[in-house]
Amino acid sequence: MERVTPMSDTAEKVKKIVVEHLGVEESKVTNEASFIDDLGADSLDTVELVMAFEEAFGVEIPDDAAEKITTVKDAIEYIEKQKAE
Amino acid sequence: MFSLEGKVALVTGATGGIGAATARALHQAGATVAITGRRAAELEALAAELGSRVIVAPADLADPAAPAALVEKVEGEGGSLDILVNNAGFTRDMLALRMGDADWQAVLDVDLTAPFRLARSALRGMMKKRWGRIVSIASIVGVTGNAGQANYAAAKAGLIGMSKSLAQEVATRGVTVNVVAPGFVKTAMTDALNEAQRTALLSRIPAARMGTPEDIAGAVVYLASPAAAWVTGQTLHVNGGMAMI
Repeated sequence: MERVTPMSDTAEKVKKIVVEHLGVEESKVTNEASFIDDLGADSLDTVELVMAFEEAFGVEIPDDAAEKITTVKDAIEYIEKQKAE
Repeated sequence: MFSLEGKVALVTGATGGIGAATARALHQAGATVAITGRRAAELEALAAELGSRVIVAPADLADPAAPAALVEKVEGEGGSLDILVNNAGFTRDMLALRMGDADWQAVLDVDLTAPFRLARSALRGMMKKRWGRIVSIASIVGVTGNAGQANYAAAKAGLIGMSKSLAQEVATRGVTVNVVAPGFVKTAMTDALNEAQRTALLSRIPAARMGTPEDIAGAVVYLASPAAAWVTGQTLHVNGGMAMI
């Protein structure tokens, strides 16, 4: 059986959180999808998402970093970078 | 419509007149009630009176770390925190000319900053559950002002502005944020008045009597209940008609 790499593990978890929090179809949550423009999130949703990521991955996402996380890919990359450090 | 069965409420300042009456009223409506204050013995006495569905959590809200720890304790022991009643407050009255920075700051810390910290901690869980109630006890003087109470009136006016802002932030999440502004209620705080002051006061109240802690508790229960789901960012004045605003 193919082993799941750590990278796809993070991506999968991020997407699952996005699906749960925003109540959107899994197929819509692509890497390029913007939380606000494509997935219908409002500003409060984005704060909630960041808090959910912090909780799920045990990382701290300061406000200036959170502002730059606008797409699914941004979130995955930021979390992976934090975990690698 | 007014049942709070299955809900967990935190009441700060539960050793005071209004706080204890509010805790009793929320408990009577079916809520599990977490009571906090600085005097542990009085909290234990109130807990013994209420019997079941009580969490005793002594805390000093002047401590900046206390609010978050308090919310964590209630969520841990009660399973959730659905209703926050910011009731704790104290006065340090004097004319502004004589009011030192410490007198100003001490009142602001406990009467305004602690409620903000509690609300910030409590909102997280409420937003997740898409249900929550924050009710802060302000005062008529937060709207009318009162000589000798620049610090207290500022803190109480601050609660109103804070509540309106929070209400707008979280309205889409089923969380309401409101204020109850009592007029002159018979508590230890107003027992300090002398007879002449009391007579002068009563002449300004159309209902011709001081309020009771229960008069205030009823307003809190209403705002905490499912019946008040569409009421948010409001200040409910409960003052016997003393100020109609």
